[in-house]
Amino acid sequence: MANNKMLIGFFVASESIFFVMLILAYVNFHGTVTDGPTAANSLDPLRTGIFSLFLLASSFSMWLAGRSLVSKNHFMMKIWILVTIILGVLFIYGQASEWMGLIGQNITISRNVFGTTFFTLTGFHGFHVCVGLLMLTILLGLAMFGDFKGPKSDGVECISIYWHFVDGVWIVVYSVIYLWAFF
Amino acid sequence: MSTRIPLVPENIKPLPSLKGNEGMLSWVSSVDHKQIGLMYLMSTLVFFIIGGLEALVIRIQLAQPEFDFISPEVYNQMFTMHGTTMIFFVVMPFLIGVGVYLVPLMIGARDMAFPRLNALSFWLVIFGGILLYYSFLTQSGPSEVGWFAYAPLSEKPFSLNKGPTYWALGLLAVGISSVSSGLNNIVTILTMRVKGMTMRRLPLFVWMILVTSFILIFVIPIIASAFAMMLLDRLLDATFFTPAHGGSAILWQHFFWGFGHPEVYILILPAFGIISEVIPVFSRKPIFGYSFVAGSTVAIGLLSVGVWAHHMFAVGLGNVANAYFSLASMLIAIPTGVKVLNWVATMWGGKIYFATPMLFATAFIIEFVMGGLTGVAIASAPINWVTTDTYFIVAHFHYVLFGGSLFAIFAGVYYWFPKFTGRMMSETLGKWHFWLTVVGFNMTFFIQHFLGVMGMPRRTYTYHDLPYWGSMNLLSTIGAFVLAISVIIFAWNIIWSLKHGKKAPDNPWNAWTLEWYTTSPPAVHNFNLVPPVRGRRPLWDLAHPDQLDEPNSKVV
Repeated sequence: MANNKMLIGFFVASESIFFVMLILAYVNFHGTVTDGPTAANSLDPLRTGIFSLFLLASSFSMWLAGRSLVSKNHFMMKIWILVTIILGVLFIYGQASEWMGLIGQNITISRNVFGTTFFTLTGFHGFHVCVGLLMLTILLGLAMFGDFKGPKSDGVECISIYWHFVDGVWIVVYSVIYLWAFF
Repeated sequence: MSTRIPLVPENIKPLPSLKGNEGMLSWVSSVDHKQIGLMYLMSTLVFFIIGGLEALVIRIQLAQPEFDFISPEVYNQMFTMHGTTMIFFVVMPFLIGVGVYLVPLMIGARDMAFPRLNALSFWLVIFGGILLYYSFLTQSGPSEVGWFAYAPLSEKPFSLNKGPTYWALGLLAVGISSVSSGLNNIVTILTMRVKGMTMRRLPLFVWMILVTSFILIFVIPIIASAFAMMLLDRLLDATFFTPAHGGSAILWQHFFWGFGHPEVYILILPAFGIISEVIPVFSRKPIFGYSFVAGSTVAIGLLSVGVWAHHMFAVGLGNVANAYFSLASMLIAIPTGVKVLNWVATMWGGKIYFATPMLFATAFIIEFVMGGLTGVAIASAPINWVTTDTYFIVAHFHYVLFGGSLFAIFAGVYYWFPKFTGRMMSETLGKWHFWLTVVGFNMTFFIQHFLGVMGMPRRTYTYHDLPYWGSMNLLSTIGAFVLAISVIIFAWNIIWSLKHGKKAPDNPWNAWTLEWYTTSPPAVHNFNLVPPVRGRRPLWDLAHPDQLDEPNSKVV
């Protein structure tokens, strides 16, 4: 049934507008903070960059899970979904520890517009990653009980599309927040 | 040559079953598009009466100069809730709901592509409405900041009550509902059409719903993100829209109108669709310039996202921006005018039969053109500067929203009521409703053009006893009460016709679209067999096999 994939395609298009607005809000205030914390003086692009690699890698492992589904390799599909979940959790761990560090320095959502736009944008992205992880966990649980024998499954393919989308959004977010501040 | 056209079987899809036809539970648990559609329509009638009562309170307060029927705070709450209710809980859910009911029938499908998502969309509207109206129970009542909730007025130091928070939460729920029904409609229309129903043969109502759905899924996220930011500002002391802390109040205006202007096309395009169905049937002619009506809708959809700042001329965005937004806004008059000419050309030379749906559709053209003309006027920045925030604007958008959307909604209710319920609505009561609406509507709002030009500001609690202002406002208030009587007649007509209305045949208006092929009301499974679609008017082709609309079309 092509309906499900069409739905998730348009859903992702709709979601991307949501992120475009959050990014526009960030861009709008970029450079307006004259004193207090900014991206340039309080973020660590290298550390976040390394954690970003986990998310990028998770997109790759999800793609491999899809390949295993097509070739009806049920065992490897479960392994790759598990790898995707672990990589996603590592990314969220990286973001959580970054947030804890910032909040420890009293850089919060209410400190100034940098804090406001930074925490909102990364927070909504992190929320989307968490929703993705929840769906992947359900997917893995169902696979454990024998679902998704392949070669096709709308469930796996749709969640995969969503996961790649969340990954793609992060590439833009990382570029706008971290790379723009330092390069 | 009159060979019988063979019937082709429906494209059957497995669906969640609909257990039982009776009892409340069958409604609450329903995933059937017809039941959900009817629930949409019934709840919008309730919200319409609530929003109408709020309008009456506003008009009583303004009936005479320096009146104090209510306090200024309550007045602000009334116009905020009136606007919000009418836009988000009446016109939008009505048009979405009537679409949910009719789209699967018109394209010969069994149901929407995602029946459970459809139910979710409906219940989110109810949830949003409860959230919005729950604010009446909070300590200082609902939001007082108007339907566009300009920052920083809607922000913390200025609005410490919980009203705007509930307002934003309620509208966020409605926004999620709108996106999901938009997604559902798009997939349904693109994938569930019966064989032969090509995009070029799609009923125009379905075309309008399709374009509206695309607007929904691409502009609702704009306001959803703005609501999220507003809520963060209010609940976590973020600083998006608070200039005192480095934020930007203008950003809210850009975000709000970036959604808000396409929103007005969400409110009018399905109304155009209703009119494009009603006028040909009651003129006994196929629509004139089908592809222009459909194509101009796509043009409106595309243009609608590039004109938002014409709501912001008073901000002072600079001459270049003002010139661009003026011209771009005026451009929309072209595809809109194309439609009006098509409707008039459809009526031209037709055998017009003025049943109540056609009366409302004809009045729609006149009232909507009136609102459209003032719209072109205020799209010009200099005229906008003198009329902005006056009653001229109030008159303008009531002519397009009431004279436009609501007149089309009334036309649609009278037109499809027999299909929805199996009963005809009373024509006598319908004519009373129609004439009282026309008189009351013009009495209420036409005079407001003059009040606006004379400088009466909107959203002010009261006014000084300036020459003629008292009598003009009193006339407007009397008009509002005439409208109230017309709404009572309308509601009575619905209730009376449900019980005592004449039994409706399957196709009481001799219409040509597929929904009239099935029984009135339709069976749970919609169609036993869907007739072959060989043109834009399947039922005409079925009845006149020797005069096909597309003589060379093959039965597929």
